[in-house]
Amino acid sequence: MNINLPAIRAIYKFEMARWGRTFLQSIVSPVIATSLYFVVFGAAIGSRITEIDGISYGAFIVPGLIMLTLLTQSVANASFGIYFPRFTGTIYELLSAPISPFEIVVGYVGAAATKSILLGLVILGTAWFFVPLEIAHPWWMVGFLVLTAVTFSLLGFVIGLWADGFEQLQLVPLLIITPLTFLGGTFYSIDILPPVWQTVSLFNPVVYLVSGFRWSFFEIADVGVGISVAMTLFFLCVCLVAVWWIFKTGYRLKS
Amino acid sequence: MNAGPPHWRLAPNLAIRPFPLASPSPMQPVISVKNLSKTYASGFQALKDINLEIGKGEIFALLGPNGAGKTTLISIICGIVTPSSGSVTVDGHDIITDYRAARAEIGLVPQELTADMFENVWSTVSFSRGLWGKWDNPAYIEKVLKDLSLWDKKDDKLMTLSGGMKRRVLIAKALAHEPTILFLDEPTAGVDVELRQGMWQAVRALRDAGVTIILTTHYIHEAEDMADRIGVINKGELILVEDKAELMHKLGKKQLTLQLHQALDKVPAELASHHLALANGGSELIYTYDTQGPRTGITGLLTDLSAAGIRFKDLDTTQSSLEDIFVDLVRQDRQ
Repeated sequence: MNINLPAIRAIYKFEMARWGRTFLQSIVSPVIATSLYFVVFGAAIGSRITEIDGISYGAFIVPGLIMLTLLTQSVANASFGIYFPRFTGTIYELLSAPISPFEIVVGYVGAAATKSILLGLVILGTAWFFVPLEIAHPWWMVGFLVLTAVTFSLLGFVIGLWADGFEQLQLVPLLIITPLTFLGGTFYSIDILPPVWQTVSLFNPVVYLVSGFRWSFFEIADVGVGISVAMTLFFLCVCLVAVWWIFKTGYRLKS
Repeated sequence: MNAGPPHWRLAPNLAIRPFPLASPSPMQPVISVKNLSKTYASGFQALKDINLEIGKGEIFALLGPNGAGKTTLISIICGIVTPSSGSVTVDGHDIITDYRAARAEIGLVPQELTADMFENVWSTVSFSRGLWGKWDNPAYIEKVLKDLSLWDKKDDKLMTLSGGMKRRVLIAKALAHEPTILFLDEPTAGVDVELRQGMWQAVRALRDAGVTIILTTHYIHEAEDMADRIGVINKGELILVEDKAELMHKLGKKQLTLQLHQALDKVPAELASHHLALANGGSELIYTYDTQGPRTGITGLLTDLSAAGIRFKDLDTTQSSLEDIFVDLVRQDRQ
């Protein structure tokens, strides 16, 4: 199979370099934000909350906080990465280069996923300063981390291709991703919700991500691990189909 | 520009419409456009049944007024715009079914100054090389930057460069993968005279190195200086493709201006057969003649002037430029 490896490398390197240029915004601010979550939810509020399934509240929220960062950063990085060339007009190079849609996606989504995985690991490291942690299934943890980062980077890529302005670029993360993450069991177990809201929560895809990820840490989960993996893969497929359709039709890319 | 005198007409073999096919390229065609049309979603038909062949190693200038379809044609060949119908091959490779091989040959300098303003010159040029499937070659990038007088700016961010410098960076990006075909869409727009001349020197050097160059420009004298062949596009139709020297020869007109000792009120009746025009308050007589004709008629005119007792103190000849020809072509196409 003929793959334009130098092109994938060029895009990946370009995107990673852009990340490096905005180091403060890219790394320091998520770390500070996470530390604040630990101070507010872990120390201040957490001290008044009893253990959940035998896990201290401070430790319980760690997987959720990592997921929160992973989802928002994946979407933000990937959407901005592809939207910016569209905004400045440099997209002409991507469209006129001997590069396939698959290679473009691998370059941009690969870079966005790498950034958010690294950030997720930085958040995990930060969490160790606040709470003692043991990871029951480290490989599953890494698996969920990678799968989620890739899936939401793909979603971000779709948003970056769809958006027709910076407002639209912010719209989906602000109005959909963040609420779904906060309502997806990041800071609580959905078992503590009234039955009706437990059912409603099952329509929230983030519940499956957080639940599966939390299981890899503490072997406790709101839904079965198999269902979590299946739902994540399903969402990955939906994003892949959307990207495939955009490149096939040239939607918002070619006139 | 004034319309040509009555006796000046397009040669019959260059009648504006219908113009079924471009004149064949004298060289081996490297780009072949067949029955290409483009209608945008808005319903605007930007290109109508374009047929064109561009020879290997030539400089082809595409001229046309704003909105004529120049950029659409270039964008389709480069893969940025999807054609509605027709086909394009680049070095024998179809631009849709064999796009990798076709695009690998092409470098494009776009009309707009679009660049990653936060990147430095070196990294943005290297990025372009990678996109086109070539691994790093610092020595080659260094040569490109030096050829375009950008070497001392290699670490500068694009946002700090002048418009002319940015334009040269775009050229460097287009050359980064060693293309055999270079598209220059209005490359000298907003570039000062000195830089412009340097740029054309670089373009000539590329042509000498065997690179095929297709350019659009608003500065028609540049096309006149640079191009081997000229294509004129108007309202989406390719109304003429011709060897530049041939075009100038066929459509060029020459004028003889005689500065008279005494101004005339009107052209004397005995000189009517020469189709003379008076100018500058009657102090100048203008005679327009066909450069292709077997006789220019100048000898007869001077004889008749002498017989009519009209004396002149000086004379001057001028030849129409490509710009004059272009304006006439477009005007006739509108009518």
